[in-house]
Amino acid sequence: MPSPPSVRPGYWAANLRYLGILLSIWFLVSFGCGILFADALNGFRFPGTGFKVGFWFAQQGAIYAFLVLIFVYVRLMNRLDREYGVEEE
Amino acid sequence: MNVQAWTFTLVAITFALYIGVAVWSRANTTRDFYVAGKGVPPLANGMATAADWMSAASFISMAGLIAFLGYDGSVYLMGWTGGYVLLALLLAPYLRKFGRYTVPDFVGDRYYSKTARVVAVVCAIFISFTYVAGQMRGVGIVFSRFLEVPIEWGVAIGMAIVFFYAVLGGMKGITYTQVAQYCVLIFAYMVPAIFLSILITGNPVPQLGLGGADLVSGEYLLDRLDGLHEQLGFAAYTDGSKSTLDVFAITAALMVGTAGLPHVIIRFYTVPRVRDARVSAGWALLFIAILYTTAPAVAVFARTNLLNTVSEQPYEAVPEWFTTWENTDLIAYEDHNGDGLIQFVGPSAVDVSGQPVENELTIDRDIMVLANPEIAGLPAWVVGLVAAGGLAAALSTAAGLLLVVSSAISHDLLKGVFRPGISERGELVWARISAAFAVVLAGYLGINPPGFVAQVVAFAFGLAAASFFPAIILGIFSRRMNREGAVAGMISGIVFTAAYIIYFNYLNPAANTADNWFLGISPEGIGFVGMLINFVVAGIVSRSTAAPPEEVGRLVERIRVPKGSGPAHEVSA
Repeated sequence: MPSPPSVRPGYWAANLRYLGILLSIWFLVSFGCGILFADALNGFRFPGTGFKVGFWFAQQGAIYAFLVLIFVYVRLMNRLDREYGVEEE
Repeated sequence: MNVQAWTFTLVAITFALYIGVAVWSRANTTRDFYVAGKGVPPLANGMATAADWMSAASFISMAGLIAFLGYDGSVYLMGWTGGYVLLALLLAPYLRKFGRYTVPDFVGDRYYSKTARVVAVVCAIFISFTYVAGQMRGVGIVFSRFLEVPIEWGVAIGMAIVFFYAVLGGMKGITYTQVAQYCVLIFAYMVPAIFLSILITGNPVPQLGLGGADLVSGEYLLDRLDGLHEQLGFAAYTDGSKSTLDVFAITAALMVGTAGLPHVIIRFYTVPRVRDARVSAGWALLFIAILYTTAPAVAVFARTNLLNTVSEQPYEAVPEWFTTWENTDLIAYEDHNGDGLIQFVGPSAVDVSGQPVENELTIDRDIMVLANPEIAGLPAWVVGLVAAGGLAAALSTAAGLLLVVSSAISHDLLKGVFRPGISERGELVWARISAAFAVVLAGYLGINPPGFVAQVVAFAFGLAAASFFPAIILGIFSRRMNREGAVAGMISGIVFTAAYIIYFNYLNPAANTADNWFLGISPEGIGFVGMLINFVVAGIVSRSTAAPPEEVGRLVERIRVPKGSGPAHEVSA
C-alpha cells in the first residue's frame, strides 16, 4: 500500500464543514418541511397552485432540493480539491 | 394493431436492443466483469445507476401505492431519493478511492477481518436474493397480463435474457444494457403521464399538472380529490393516517437502506475517478427524480380517474379493462347490497341516512400504473409501451443484483476466503458460473415466490440500514473504529432489526398494530432504530477494545483524499 500523500491540514475539516451544512439542509427539507412541520406548513399554499406547502415538500420539493445539494457539493469539493492540490489528473 | 400486437412488437424490439448492446460490450477480464474496467463515463453511470435502482417496484407499484396512501406515500418518494444525498456526500467518493470490486472487499480490508468480510457477504447475498425474486415476479406478471403467456413462461423468458447478458457481459454488459433500459423505461413512464396530464389539467408537465386545476370543474385537482375522499369516507388525500414518528422512521430507514444497498454502491466503483463518483451520484438522482417527481402526479391522475370511472357505476356497464384485470384476480367486485352499482368507499363512509356503507371493490395497488393508460382510454401502443417499460425496469434491476451475488461468491468467498491463489481466468469462469447459478435460482424464486416477498423487501432495506451503512460510514469517518466495534455493531443492528420484523410479520402477525409497536414504529421503519443501535454499540465496543493497526489508519487517510485513485494505486486482482 502506498503511503498516504501528505495533505495540508484543513482539507478534511473543510470537507466536514460542507457536509455539516449540506446535510442540515437535507434534513430540513425532507424530515423538517416534509414530515415534522408538514401539518403546520399545510396551512399555507403556493399561490396560483393547488399545492399545500407541506404536501409539496414531501412529494416534490424535497427531491428537487436533494438534486441541488448533490451538485452544490460536487462544485464545492472540486474547488476544494484544487485549492489543496489533491485533484486527480 | 391491438394492444397485444403492439406489446409483442415493442417487447421484441427492446429485447433485441438489449442483446445487441450486450454482444457489443462483453467482458474479457475480471475487472471488466466486476466493475466494467472502471471506465464508465459519469453520465452513463448515472443512467445505469438509475435503471439499476428503479425496479419493478418503482415502475409498476409505486404510483399505485401513493394513489392508495396519499400523503403517507411520501415515505417512498423521499426515502428512495434522499439516500442518494448520503451516497454522494458520505459514501461514493471514498469507496471509489478505496478501489477494489465489492462492498465486502471494503468491510474486510477496513476491519482487517475475514469474519467481517463473511458477515458482509452473507448480508449482500441475502439482500440481493430477496430483491431479485420480486423482479422476476414482476417480469412474470407483465408477461402474463399483456402477452397472455403463463407466468412460468414469462419468468423463463426473462431469465433467458438476463442470463445472456449478465453471464456474458458481466458489469460491462449490464452497464450499457442498463443505459438502454433507462431510456426505454423513462420514455414508457413519461408518455402516458404527459397524456394524462394534458387530458386532466391541460398542462403537459405532470409535475405542474399535479398542482393545477381540473379542466372539467375548474377546481384544483388536489382539492377535488380531497373532496371526493371525504365524500366516500377515505382519509383526506393530502393528510396522512400514519403517525409522524412512524413516517419519520420509515423515511429514514429507506434513505439509509438505499445508501447501504450493495448493488447501488457497487455502481460507483465503475467510474474512472473520485470526482466522477460524486457527480455520477448527482446524475443518477437526476434521472431517478424525473420518474419520482412524476409518480405522485400519476398517482393523483389515476386515483381521480378511478373514482370517476367506477364509483356508483352499474357493474353491468364497466369498461373492458375492468373485466380483463378481473380475470387475473387483481380486481374483485362483490355486490354486498345487491343494487348492481359499484360502491368503492373508505372505512368511514355513510349514506344519506347516516348508515355505514360497505366497500364492494378491491383493487390490487400494483395494477394502477399498468391499467392507467387503459382507464384513461389512451391508444393501444401506449399500453404496449408501458409493458415494455415495466420489463426494462425489472430486468435492469435483476441484472445488477445478480452481479452482486455472482461477485460475492466468486470474488469474496472463493478468492477472498477459500482459494486466494485462484488465477484470473479461473476467477472469471467462476464469476460466470455463479452468475448462471444465481439467475436460475432467482427464476425459481420468481415462479415459486416465498409467500412474503413484499415484507421481505422491507427486510432487505432494514438489514442494509442496520448493517452496511453504519459499518461503512464509521470505516471512513472514524479512524478509531476497529474490528470488534464494527462486527459487534453489525451483528446487534441485524439481530435487533431481524427479530423485530420476524416477530411482527411471522411469529405474531396478529399483534402487528401500532399499539404494540416500539414507540409506534412499524416493522418497515425499524431499520432506522437498528441503525442507531449499530452506531451506539460500535462506538462503545470500539472505545473499550484495542485501536486498529497502523496500516488501517493509513488506509483511512488514503481514501479521504481523491489524488492517486488511478490504476497505479489499485490493489491488483
